[in-house]
Order: sequence, then C-alpha cells, then structure tokens
Amino acid sequence: MNQSSDWNAPVRRTGAAREPARRGAEPSSLADILERVLDKGIVIAGDIQINLLDIELLTIKIRLLVASVDRAKEMGIDWWEHDPTLSSGARDVLEENERLRRRVGELEDGSGARREEDRGAEREDER
Amino acid sequence: MTDTLATWLYAVTAAPEDGTPPQGLTGVADEPVRLVEGAGLAAVVGSVPLADFDEDALRGHLEDLEWLERTARAHHRVINGAARHGQVIPLRFATLYHDDDRVRAMLRERREDFTDTLRRVAGRTEWGVKAYVDPRSFLPDPDESEDEGSPGTAYLMRRRAQRQDQETAHLRATERAEEIHSSLAALAVATAAHPPQDSALAAYEGWMVLNNSYLVPDDLTEDFTALVRALGERYPAVTLEVSGPWPPYSFTAPPKPAGDAQPEEKPS
Repeated sequence: MNQSSDWNAPVRRTGAAREPARRGAEPSSLADILERVLDKGIVIAGDIQINLLDIELLTIKIRLLVASVDRAKEMGIDWWEHDPTLSSGARDVLEENERLRRRVGELEDGSGARREEDRGAEREDER
Repeated sequence: MTDTLATWLYAVTAAPEDGTPPQGLTGVADEPVRLVEGAGLAAVVGSVPLADFDEDALRGHLEDLEWLERTARAHHRVINGAARHGQVIPLRFATLYHDDDRVRAMLRERREDFTDTLRRVAGRTEWGVKAYVDPRSFLPDPDESEDEGSPGTAYLMRRRAQRQDQETAHLRATERAEEIHSSLAALAVATAAHPPQDSALAAYEGWMVLNNSYLVPDDLTEDFTALVRALGERYPAVTLEVSGPWPPYSFTAPPKPAGDAQPEEKPS
C-alpha cells in the first residue's frame, strides 16, 4: 500500500504512533492484545483452573493502573511532566501511586480488610 | 530429573493435510509449538513446565505485569503465526491440560462446536477500529451573552455551564461514534464492543469513544479500510485508528446466556 501512513494517526502525545499490526509482525499495542487474550478467545475449562476474571478484576486492573505510570516512563512517555495542567499534580499522582502500591501489598497479605476497617473507624472519630 | 510438563493451548484449527506443525514458532515458555490432532481438528499447543504454570504459580505470575505482557504477547504471537497456515480459533489465555490425551479428548468432545465456529469465521477477518476525539472539538459554541450578577454568581454559573458543556460534548462525540459504527457495521458480518482502554496504558489523550471489533469478509477488506479512511475525512474532529488483521478473538465465543453482552451477529 502506498497510502500516506499517517492518515489515521491517533491523538497521542507520545510519539509512539502505531502501524496497524501486520500478521507476522510483532503487534504493538499491549492494551489491544490484553483485551483480546484475557477477555476474548474461546473459553475451555482446562485441567488447571485459573479464574482470569477474578484476577483481572482484583489485581490486573489495579496493577495496570499502578504500573502504568512507571511503565509509561520506561517507554519514554512522560508528557505529564511537561504538561502545565498536570505537572503540578504529578507529585500527587506519584504519592497516590505509592499508596495504591502499598494497598495492593496489603491486600495480597490479606491484611487489607482489617486496615480498611481501621480507616473507617478513624473517619468516625474525626467527626 | 525431568520437569513435569503441562500442555498449554493456543488455538484450534482444522487438522492440516500434511500434519506439519507451524514451523519456527515458540510459545509462552519458549517451548517449540506443536500440534495435537484429533477428530479432524488440531490443537496448537506447547509443553510448559508445571512448576511455572500450575494454579499457584500462574496466580503469582499474573500479578507481574512484565510477565503478563511477555506471556500475553507470546500467546498472541503463536495464534497469529498459526493463523498464517489456516483459519484458527484463538483460545483464552491460560488454557492448560495435564497431557495431550486430555487435549485429544476435549477435541473429540467439542468437535461440533469447533467445526461450526471454524466454518463461521472462514474467509473473514477481525479488524479493530478505535475512535479518539479531542473533547474541545465537541464543545458547544461559547455563549458570552450572560455575563451578569456578582463575581461569585458568575463563577458558579460558569462552572455549571462548563459541566453542561462537557456533557454535551460527550453526547455529541458518542453520537458521532455511533454513526461511524453503523457505517462500519454495514460491511461486517458481526461486531463486538470492547470497553474504552485505560488512557495511561494505551497512551492517548482525549476520549476513546469507540473501541470495536468487526468481522469483515476478506473480499471486503479494501472496502472496509477505504471506508475507515473516508469516515476519517468526513469527520475531521474524530481520529480513527485501525488495528489488525486479528485472528477472530472476538467472534469465537460460544453463545452466552441471554442478557449477557455478546457479539451481535447479523443473518448473512
């Protein structure tokens, strides 16, 4: 095809424009692949049972959220550090990120529920 | 000491006439990909160490985004590679059997399903289309006539107007996405909607107002891509992005119970 390759360039600040994946080429979008391999494709109950739905809801979602800032940096996506509307909030994002990360750790340790109760109690106390 | 192995399934295809497995493909554990044949079908599989892929190990690995990315890409790569040799039914990530005999039994048991599905997707290809908009392009024209009242009231009015404008913009953008979808769906035998992607993960700004898959007959491929291009030109405020060709991930699920979201199938 000799069409100009940027006719459908998406609105991205990343510069990481994507070619439509050709069969055989390494497809580029992790999000596209994850939504298909984790959520689509025929489901057969194999011998080893993993409920991806559980994991997706409880963990992967959080992980993607938490990991995306670091990952984005790895991939050279750091627009929020230059964007005046966002950079003031970048510190908050990082703190939030750290807090979520701890929270994931707590949930994995099974201590999350108790902490949440504590926090609820604290909130009551504040009133 | 040899590792205990499990069989990871990538896809189901019609049994190849010459019985050769896809060449040069390696799977999620860097293992060579091979075929397990039965009932006129072939499962594209690999042997993976149970130590890394039993329930507990998988649970642990799935917490690790690096692992997930690497393994999801490998799973997809094998399915894509197999699709070059013939129509495939992609299997959900992490479908594992204890051994090949169990896979053969499963192929026999579900032969009819698989055969029907292969027939249904034959000569058709999945294409993904996403639409991005800059919300500002869909905002109503600024109405500067009502600048009245105290500064406080004016501020509150402005805030309320902004919120309403935002809602209006979203409604307009969504309507535009619906129009685009209807046009594209006319060339597809089935469509499936995916949720909008996380903007940080997918690295876009603005709104993703469309993230759909279309199952398009292969003889309409050029019409379909031309239509996407034409729609992009007709609606300059919308940026359209095509992905594919994909193996028919979004169109091979068995019918779900009523009420569940499922691909809309049009009678052909």
